Amino acid sequence: MHPIVKLVVQRVALSLLLLLAASVMIFIGTQILPGDVAQSVLGQSATPESLANLRAELGLNDPPVQRYFSWLFAALQGDLGTALTNGRDIGESLGTRLGNTLFLAFWAAIVAVPLAIFLGLLAVRYQNRWPDRLISGVTLTSISIPEFLIGYVVMYFVAVKLGWFSSVAMINDSMTLGAKLNAIALPVFVLTLVVLAHMMRMTRAAILNVMQSAYIETAELKGLSMFTIIRKHAFPNAIAPIVNVVMINLAYLVVGVVVVEVVFVYPGMGQYLVDHVAKRDVPVVQACGLIFAAVYIGLNLIADLVSILTNPRLRHPK
Amino acid sequence: MSNELSYLAKKAAKGLVSRREFLGRAGALGVSAGVASTMFADATNAAAHKKGGHLVQGLGGGESTNTLDPALTASSVPFLNLRLFGDTLLGVDQNGELDMRLAESFEASDDAQTWRFKIRKGVEFHNGKTMTPDDVLKTMQRHSNDESKSGALGIMKGIDEMSVDGDNLVMKLTAPSADLPYLIADYHLIVQPMGGMENAADGVGTGPYMLEADEPGVRHLWKANPNYWREDGGATYDSTEVLVINDATARTAALQSGQVHMINRVDPKVANLIDRAPGVSIKNVAGRGHYVFIMHADTAPFDNNELRMALKHAINRTDMVDKILRGYGSVGNDMPINKAYPLFDESIPQREYDAAKAAEHYKKSGHDGSPIILRVADGAFPGAVDAAALFQESARAAGIPLEIKREPNDGYWSEVWNKQPFCASYWGGRPVQDQMYSTAYLSTADWNDTRFKNPEFDALLNQAKGELDNDKRKALYSQMGYMVRDTGGLICPMFNDFVDAVSDKVVGYEGDPNAELMNGFAAMRTHFA
Repeated sequence: MHPIVKLVVQRVALSLLLLLAASVMIFIGTQILPGDVAQSVLGQSATPESLANLRAELGLNDPPVQRYFSWLFAALQGDLGTALTNGRDIGESLGTRLGNTLFLAFWAAIVAVPLAIFLGLLAVRYQNRWPDRLISGVTLTSISIPEFLIGYVVMYFVAVKLGWFSSVAMINDSMTLGAKLNAIALPVFVLTLVVLAHMMRMTRAAILNVMQSAYIETAELKGLSMFTIIRKHAFPNAIAPIVNVVMINLAYLVVGVVVVEVVFVYPGMGQYLVDHVAKRDVPVVQACGLIFAAVYIGLNLIADLVSILTNPRLRHPK
Repeated sequence: MSNELSYLAKKAAKGLVSRREFLGRAGALGVSAGVASTMFADATNAAAHKKGGHLVQGLGGGESTNTLDPALTASSVPFLNLRLFGDTLLGVDQNGELDMRLAESFEASDDAQTWRFKIRKGVEFHNGKTMTPDDVLKTMQRHSNDESKSGALGIMKGIDEMSVDGDNLVMKLTAPSADLPYLIADYHLIVQPMGGMENAADGVGTGPYMLEADEPGVRHLWKANPNYWREDGGATYDSTEVLVINDATARTAALQSGQVHMINRVDPKVANLIDRAPGVSIKNVAGRGHYVFIMHADTAPFDNNELRMALKHAINRTDMVDKILRGYGSVGNDMPINKAYPLFDESIPQREYDAAKAAEHYKKSGHDGSPIILRVADGAFPGAVDAAALFQESARAAGIPLEIKREPNDGYWSEVWNKQPFCASYWGGRPVQDQMYSTAYLSTADWNDTRFKNPEFDALLNQAKGELDNDKRKALYSQMGYMVRDTGGLICPMFNDFVDAVSDKVVGYEGDPNAELMNGFAAMRTHFA
């Protein structure tokens, strides 16, 4: 078997195993949390009788292991079941939420990734001169401020004072694409600020690293322009580390945006998961957790594959 | 009509004068309260004919786990949804009086043990089916039968049997209860087709708005019900939307940027700032809700009344109201009742902060001086952690070693409240004293979170239940108030206001002490200017 194919198959198999392990961990995690779904749903208005009735109805009296496996077998057949708290079909609710999350992540990525790479290249081109310092300064400042604070500041000036964009980024199916983009303008802006620095710095560092190599020196001696050297000789060799950091940030845009979602009232996965964790709604937490784990594992897999494919030693085995 | 009064009536029609203000001015001008009340109603009704538009309410207190099933309603957004799509048999108005909704009238037997509610005719559900007394009966059964998981189960307990007799729903109770109509007004008990036995969460009721879109934790869209059974009190907007905005800052920003017309739960810390901002105003109303510290009166060291009294004297109530509620509230008196209740006894002396008295009680208690642990989380009530710190300071001045243990919000209600002997909590209050006391101070109550067990108190409570003479009941409640105040495990430093904020585009907004956002009726009682 070709070593690349073998590596890919190994990586995919490992990823699936990781997913299974993640589902076990999530289930155990929800079992460790104090209280159960019946207690959480009824809250302060719970009486022992209504609690017992709700527990019986939700099947909480079955042993945990049995509940886990019945969930797993259903999930493997594509049935995520219904939420314990409100009896809604999880697949359906999750579909909408996941769609929204991906929509936001997509537009944030469209803005942030090219911008970060461009700024990284620019910083290398003007290394240690004022454009480099300005780019690093601004992006490092923005990443150092908590995202909720950036969100509130942007919200106050842009939405409340200037009235340019809406502070509530609520989207639904009946909106046109234009209206949706208008609604998510502020969260996209904040997310861009949050992920920009990491990707920009990595691009800069990776290219600078390559720039130390002997072949760059050769290129320089050949009299090529700085920009051509970066574009043709340095950048292709820095792709693997850049893709790695891009993937990590993409994963963050999907699974880590809870705070931005809360601030801008965005109906994505994060809020959905947090609500259900608070209510100990195990099937939903499981489903969300699996999707998040799958996103992380999947994007890392892509990053690995890109590294493998851009590695000449693996592409051309002896 | 005097010039001033007609001017006032015009202002009232525009919603610029509240009912209370109008009656006050009218009284000063020598008009009797009855006449003035009618004048106010005429003026505002004339204005109420203006209808239409799309009202957006931005609310904290909604989760993506919410359902439209009335039985499982426990937070603000589901509560408001119930108001929009459903009706109860009876309601409680802003003056604490009963309001006939799906019941046309009711009567009680002399012993207050058998009640007959006459069910209104010709009321249609949103699905086109006509409501029958049988639907009402099934609704009540669903909230009270053996499999019920309803939040109203506690108040339905005293019902022995229910039946339909012609147009009437008949309830026979296990013991007399003079307040049954108030209990039946509970928001969970909206009437559903077949009592919701088939599909409890489909949002079909008899209410003024009909379901358009239901996205739990995100938004709920409703349109006006053209066949609403009642002339006034129906939809005043073409449609209304409830947006779930749990983050307080996002909620205020949404109001200020004009994306929503009204919001609930304004943080008292910023209420003054918002009130000064253009285009919006703060509306606060004193309710029955209270923020408390509860001690288990049967658990050491709180089984010692001297120690309980020491702690009660060691809390600075006015400080709490000023600093925690920023004035949006009133001081409490270590009993769960305030003047928002009918039959409240104003003559019970107000307890004040008194370090010397607290020290004296503390000394008498013989406490060994070890730290007294108070468990708090901000989930118990907004500002609970700060309130505990204030309490700690004022107690230290009396020589009482209070120690604060901060608990996570998550799981607070299942792990700390009603389990740990001393913790912070809140109560939303109940429409009548009987219900408040029966819920949390009766020896056998499930929610007796102070472990207050006093047979004498229980006997008085039962006696009051069956007492139809209001003066005698008031005297009984007063006696019970003293008992809780002087021997109970409740430290009640403050009653909190409902603090809403409303856009100037909306007129007719009036506080209702029963609950926030005009007791949930804002979309039926306000309109656009």
